[in-house]
Amino acid sequence: MRMLRFLSFPLLFAASVAAQPNRAQIVIEDTFRTLPVIAVPDMRGSGEAQPHINVFNQVLFADLQQSGYFKMAPKSFYPAEIPQQPSDFKPPKGNPPQRQGPWFTDWTTPEIGAQWLTAGYTAAQGGRMILYGYLFDVTQTDLQNATAVNKIFFGDLNEAGARKVAHEFAAEIIKKFGGVPLFGSRIYFTSNRTGSKEIWSMDYDGGGQKQVSREGNISNFSAVSPDGTRLAFTSFPRGNASILTMSLETGRKLPFYNQRASTNASPEFTPDGQKILFGSTAAGIQQIYIANLDGSGIKRLSFAPAVETEPKVNPKNGSEIIFTSGRSGPPQLYKMNMDGADVVRLTQGEGEAVNAAWHPGGELIAFSWTGGPDPGSRNIFVMDVATRTFVQLTHGAGRNENPSFAPDGRHLVFQTTRSGRNQIWTMLANGTELRQLTSQGANEEPVWSKY
Amino acid sequence: MTKRKLTQALLASALILFAAGCKKKTPAPPPPPPPPPAVEKPAVKPQAPAISFTAEPSSVQRGQAATLRWTVRNADSITIEPGVGTVAASGSRQVYPSESTTYTLRASGGGGSDTATARVSVTEPPPPPVTVTPQAPRKSLQDRLDSEVSDIFFNYDKYDVREDARSVLTRNADALKAIFTDFPGSVVSVEGHCDERGSAEYNLGLGDRRSSSTKDFLVQLGVPADRLKTVSYGKERPQCSDASESCWQKNRRSHFAAGQ
Repeated sequence: MRMLRFLSFPLLFAASVAAQPNRAQIVIEDTFRTLPVIAVPDMRGSGEAQPHINVFNQVLFADLQQSGYFKMAPKSFYPAEIPQQPSDFKPPKGNPPQRQGPWFTDWTTPEIGAQWLTAGYTAAQGGRMILYGYLFDVTQTDLQNATAVNKIFFGDLNEAGARKVAHEFAAEIIKKFGGVPLFGSRIYFTSNRTGSKEIWSMDYDGGGQKQVSREGNISNFSAVSPDGTRLAFTSFPRGNASILTMSLETGRKLPFYNQRASTNASPEFTPDGQKILFGSTAAGIQQIYIANLDGSGIKRLSFAPAVETEPKVNPKNGSEIIFTSGRSGPPQLYKMNMDGADVVRLTQGEGEAVNAAWHPGGELIAFSWTGGPDPGSRNIFVMDVATRTFVQLTHGAGRNENPSFAPDGRHLVFQTTRSGRNQIWTMLANGTELRQLTSQGANEEPVWSKY
Repeated sequence: MTKRKLTQALLASALILFAAGCKKKTPAPPPPPPPPPAVEKPAVKPQAPAISFTAEPSSVQRGQAATLRWTVRNADSITIEPGVGTVAASGSRQVYPSESTTYTLRASGGGGSDTATARVSVTEPPPPPVTVTPQAPRKSLQDRLDSEVSDIFFNYDKYDVREDARSVLTRNADALKAIFTDFPGSVVSVEGHCDERGSAEYNLGLGDRRSSSTKDFLVQLGVPADRLKTVSYGKERPQCSDASESCWQKNRRSHFAAGQ
């Protein structure tokens, strides 16, 4: 019997995979399949801008490589002559065409295979750094049609200024491809680096880490309002877990009424920013509740004799909630309507499936699961909610939890023990481009905010 | 009859005097000089004794002194009873009455004798503080909980009270009742904890269940519900940090702490 059960799971799993195409996999593969190939040669700086050019080149290349919108043309095959401005290009002349100087075809060789090329230079002007940034479509045959970006960027004449103009130039290029630049987005997370767990925030690339909460006990499970002005989190001000809210504009606490319960925890904002959902033990066992931003107007949404928490509202339609529930045994992911009706289980019931996080498109979720093809460890998966097909993104490296999609829908931030203690890493939604963002103390529970 | 004659006679004499007054006035003789002061009046007739006798204060606590003061004139023999005896004509004496006493001063002399009284009320002193028999320093609530109330342990992802935890809780119930008697008004937190393997968010709800099922069991055994508070720390406050089952088991627990 035990043998049968053991065998039946992989068989059923294989059968279900064969029965319907894995839409989660298709969506993710399609996202990254036909990426434009871009060549990003190192630029040079003139005068006082030159000392900061290495930082500039690193940031620009990393931003474009990690954006998930491009395939990087292999650098080792780049030609010797790197154009710095449109006038450097010399169209071939004659029949057959004779090379006159740098031209687009230098970049479209089979070894490089680029479709796009960045160019430009930095200079010092009036005590400031100025970047002339260009993007050329090297598949074109004339300069005018090929020029996709031609823009000037300003920054301070120092390393920070070099980073700023590089980020802004990269964001401009990403926007040209319909992308949502991550420059300007913030990741909120829990860190114990001060000795107690507090909420911190950082830039999308791990820069600018700063402490947000100062409660001095345990603060965790952050949620940021969709407009980026409000933070809600769980804290233990008088022993019992309670929800606290604060303004991210002023840094001041905002009022939130915690209903009488031994635990009020795991807050989440609705996509319109008008309500907060959370888990509460007000009626005994922890269930899902919804309330106004100040905690008034509380309404219970779930009714089950099981622990339920982590309510996450579909950001696209605002009309369905995915949550964690122990109603069938170990915690699994369930979906229900905003009024608590039509509860269905999304995960298979095997192992523990927790930490659901919506993709901004409202069709996929990321979650952490101990089951699947690589059972035992906790890994990050992405599921297509409609078909319940899923893809595993992390494999055989530590414990991986709390995924959160970036505003561009192409990146995920998550916590992992692959480097020792829990740290925060990012990756593309296909599991590549892994990058560690934190290293001080233990860092957990990241959420990616647009602002 | 005689009364009428007398009034008539008086009236007649008054009329005569009045008539005489209407006669021509002669100068009145000067008044006589005042008599010389009597230097010493030989006691033609001995006077009765004069007594002043007070007790100050009139009310004392037992063991405290009151002062009797007296001044007596015209007396040869003066006694104050009880307990003082013969005294001089004037003086004071401290007395330590053990109960309320009326002191009587008796004075006698040639002019006779007289008595006066002064009362001193004695009140009970307040009782001394209860003597504390020296003993071991009183244990704090947390010390009592640590030594008399044991943690109970749970299976992974479970919150039902295990068979082995029932006997522990039965002993805990007796200990808690005794502790609540010794610490009136105290509240004990039943803390639910989890091991590190589950998710932090779900564990908060699971720890809460462990805390409540522990409390429910104790309340069924007669521990007053209003003295037990439930709190969950999920996996935020582990006892033990190794990644081993023995350590995880230590962390899947209900712990008893002095309430806040």
